[in-house]
Amino acid sequence: MQPVQPNHLQELLNSFANKDVYIHLETTNGAYAGHFKEGFFNAGAFIRNVVVNYELGKVAGDSPHRIGLKLPYGWIYAQGITHYTVDEKDRLLMAGLDPEGKLAVSLEISETPFTY
Amino acid sequence: MIKEERHVLVIFPHPDDEAFGVSGTISTYIEMGVPVTYACLTLGEMGRNLGNPPFANRETLPLIRKKELLQAAASMGLSDLRMMGLRDKTIEFEDDEKMVKLVEDLINDTNPSLVISFYPGLSVHPDHDATARAVVRAIRRMPVADRPSLYTIAFANNTLEILGEPDIIHNVEAVADKKIATLNSHASQTVWMMRDMEKRLAENDADALKWLHTERFYTYDWNNDFE
Repeated sequence: MQPVQPNHLQELLNSFANKDVYIHLETTNGAYAGHFKEGFFNAGAFIRNVVVNYELGKVAGDSPHRIGLKLPYGWIYAQGITHYTVDEKDRLLMAGLDPEGKLAVSLEISETPFTY
Repeated sequence: MIKEERHVLVIFPHPDDEAFGVSGTISTYIEMGVPVTYACLTLGEMGRNLGNPPFANRETLPLIRKKELLQAAASMGLSDLRMMGLRDKTIEFEDDEKMVKLVEDLINDTNPSLVISFYPGLSVHPDHDATARAVVRAIRRMPVADRPSLYTIAFANNTLEILGEPDIIHNVEAVADKKIATLNSHASQTVWMMRDMEKRLAENDADALKWLHTERFYTYDWNNDFE
């Protein structure tokens, strides 16, 4: 993955619009957050291989960026995106990495299902 | 002294779970000629360390961790490594009976005299606790006379208050090199920690040496069952 180039990422988001695509969306503080910091309120969410068809995808803000997908009847967004890549299966993988290189958020878009 | 066993079955959810507190014990059993089976339930797909600049992404991390797990097994001299194909951070959401069956099948297949896993409710990560529950339930259903011993790892902050001191202490100093090699095999997870640890070990830091040379377990007490 490389640091987000907003114009290029915008082009990639456009290329997946108006198609049935598989989504991976995840936010996390890590399973150990409450162990290392007693009382830490550990929250996160994970969804994988849900099919959507978005009509508009946008890169917003300076780095870390926000990515929003407008659906016919709803929304998907992720904030804190710092890195992205298109892998060998033509999947758009985006992630928000903190300064230590730990993933905090990830949003991925693919025309084929992600593995299990 | 490490007690002779017929067969040791180790069950953990993540590649590297074995490295920190059990790899010296595994290596020792193998050197003693005791067969060891390590069932690793996931490939740590949801690990957070990707590096910055990143060395991996969400989709390549499991492939990297699988290679690391194979290298860790080789470092311990372990030949029976079983990757069980579940997904990181989802174990507690699997059907509980399916998880018990998974453990029962492993026990039926390997006929262990000793099982090593986590302690339910005192192992911090939800996958650890869910794995531990399945292991305890599977063994509890066996006739008392047929049950293997169960050594557990517990490291929640309140472990000492609840369980006291561990009753099984293994000195694994003789296989320290293999343990370090196992830890280093899981580089995607341990490289930062090991940089600091190897420096402390080189300085003969007493706490670091104790950490490396001592592995501690709680024998599961069926008279003090978790449920």
